Amino acid sequence: MKHAVRVLEHQLLVYRRTWRGGLFTTFLAPVMFLLAMGLGLGTFVDSSTSGGMDGVSYLVFLAPGLLASQAMQTAAGESMYPIMSAITWNRTFQSMISTPITALHVVFGISLWMVVRLTIVSVAFVIVMVIFGATDILRGIAMMPVAVLTGLAFALPIMAYTVTRTGDGSFPSINRFIITPLFIFSGVFFPVTELPTFLQPIAYATPLWNGVSLARGIAIGTIDAPLALANLGVLFAYCAVGLFAAMRTFPRRLVQ
Amino acid sequence: MGPVSALSSEPLVLARGLTKRFGTSTAVDGIDFEVAPGESFGFLGPNGAGKTTTMRMVGCVSPVTDGTLRVLGLDPATDGPRIRARLGVVPQQDALDMELTVEENLIIYGRYFDLSYKEARTRAKELLDFVQLTERANDQVEPLSGGMKRRLVIARGLINQPDLMLLDEPTTGLDPQARHLLWDRLYRLKQQGVSLILTTHYMDEAEQLCDRLVVMDHAKIVAEGSPRGLIEQYATREVLELRLSQDDMAHLDGRLDGLAERIETLPDRLLLYTTDGDAAAIAVHERGLRPEQVLVRRSTLEDVFLRLTGRTLVE
Repeated sequence: MKHAVRVLEHQLLVYRRTWRGGLFTTFLAPVMFLLAMGLGLGTFVDSSTSGGMDGVSYLVFLAPGLLASQAMQTAAGESMYPIMSAITWNRTFQSMISTPITALHVVFGISLWMVVRLTIVSVAFVIVMVIFGATDILRGIAMMPVAVLTGLAFALPIMAYTVTRTGDGSFPSINRFIITPLFIFSGVFFPVTELPTFLQPIAYATPLWNGVSLARGIAIGTIDAPLALANLGVLFAYCAVGLFAAMRTFPRRLVQ
Repeated sequence: MGPVSALSSEPLVLARGLTKRFGTSTAVDGIDFEVAPGESFGFLGPNGAGKTTTMRMVGCVSPVTDGTLRVLGLDPATDGPRIRARLGVVPQQDALDMELTVEENLIIYGRYFDLSYKEARTRAKELLDFVQLTERANDQVEPLSGGMKRRLVIARGLINQPDLMLLDEPTTGLDPQARHLLWDRLYRLKQQGVSLILTTHYMDEAEQLCDRLVVMDHAKIVAEGSPRGLIEQYATREVLELRLSQDDMAHLDGRLDGLAERIETLPDRLLLYTTDGDAAAIAVHERGLRPEQVLVRRSTLEDVFLRLTGRTLVE
């Protein structure tokens, strides 16, 4: 595990050099979304529904969903271009495996890095949520690991896929046909029960809906054990499949 | 810097019938070679000859398909990380971290070898001094020249004080000045007792740096020896290069017969292998040929390669 930590150190060293560029998406994106959607749109929603959504204001309803989708988007971003760069353009991973580090250490180290990166955005998002009054500190803290887990459920499978490619040609399609539709239809802005009946099972199978469901349950206080366990089960399953796949695709690409 | 390794005479690298196949294509076809401690050993050959694949197998990042390979007395299949801990690798592509500074590139690489930050920083300073990049320590990597980047990669490969340095085409694409500076640094390493294995398709590089080399072509080793020995064995002392007009080229009619031990016809010129180039040049004139250009030179490894394969090295 020591060598996986070395890989994480590398990522942190690079992040120390580049974090300023990500400041916008880390802090300003949640501020803008909560302002426009939560407070702006929320005023209309709250005045046209009796007692808001699920018995809370639209801001409180929406914010946990945005938190989970922010984790999803960060995960997708981190597991496409930066991974492609490290394995094809800059060959950072190839440099690593010329040392005592192995391809599996790279997988574990990058997974650790995803945890760190997702924690950073989740903490930032929760801070903004608390400032906007969308949640309180305790519930906010409880939501953080949910957001990290949701992000990992995307990051691990996507990075396993990325290293099977030699170019970035498919990345826009992943954003267009997976990330964006999930953002819109996974219960972030409205409950999936409003979707056409045939689409609902698909929504329930996505990592994002399960993450949103868990985070919202914590935020509103309606969390119940069977559903929460099912949500966790789905998220862990995506993580496990993704990690297992990465443990095969990384060595196959790096050691040939 | 690099400690003089191995008190025994056991070879640093031992390959017997070493083979690498990718699907149906054979990149390395049953080659045998040994590298002794302190030796500077080269793989000379054109692109696609199998040099890089061989280096990757020695570097324990590419599994052996067939045959035997021992590096530092260990088996790459089972002891990869332990072997790599004692290797210094300079890959064909620099693979530097563009987001990090020059010094950070060295420090994080030292961390991969479990050096403490303090130790990594100390060694980074020494190595930057060695490759003459001290004043660029805190600069980004991107704006460095090709030669500077290459020197940085060499410094990076030395951070773990390796017993054996693997250099894959260390100076390809560099301008002459940068190449000479790099050769000078590699020569110093060699003097300090660091063993080097390098690949190149430049004969002058092989002549400068290698005690011993093998010539590779089409996945096989076609000759082995010291640069001087190979030239003596496969070429004559001197070469007369003639550039003839199209007309003369088309109507040689055997006018060069008997003037040289061997004649190679290249697209743009003729090479006459002879012990006395000047005498051959005079004879050419006596036979009524008026070359546009005449050059008498010593034989090089390029001529050895041409003799062995019928092709020039850098095409």
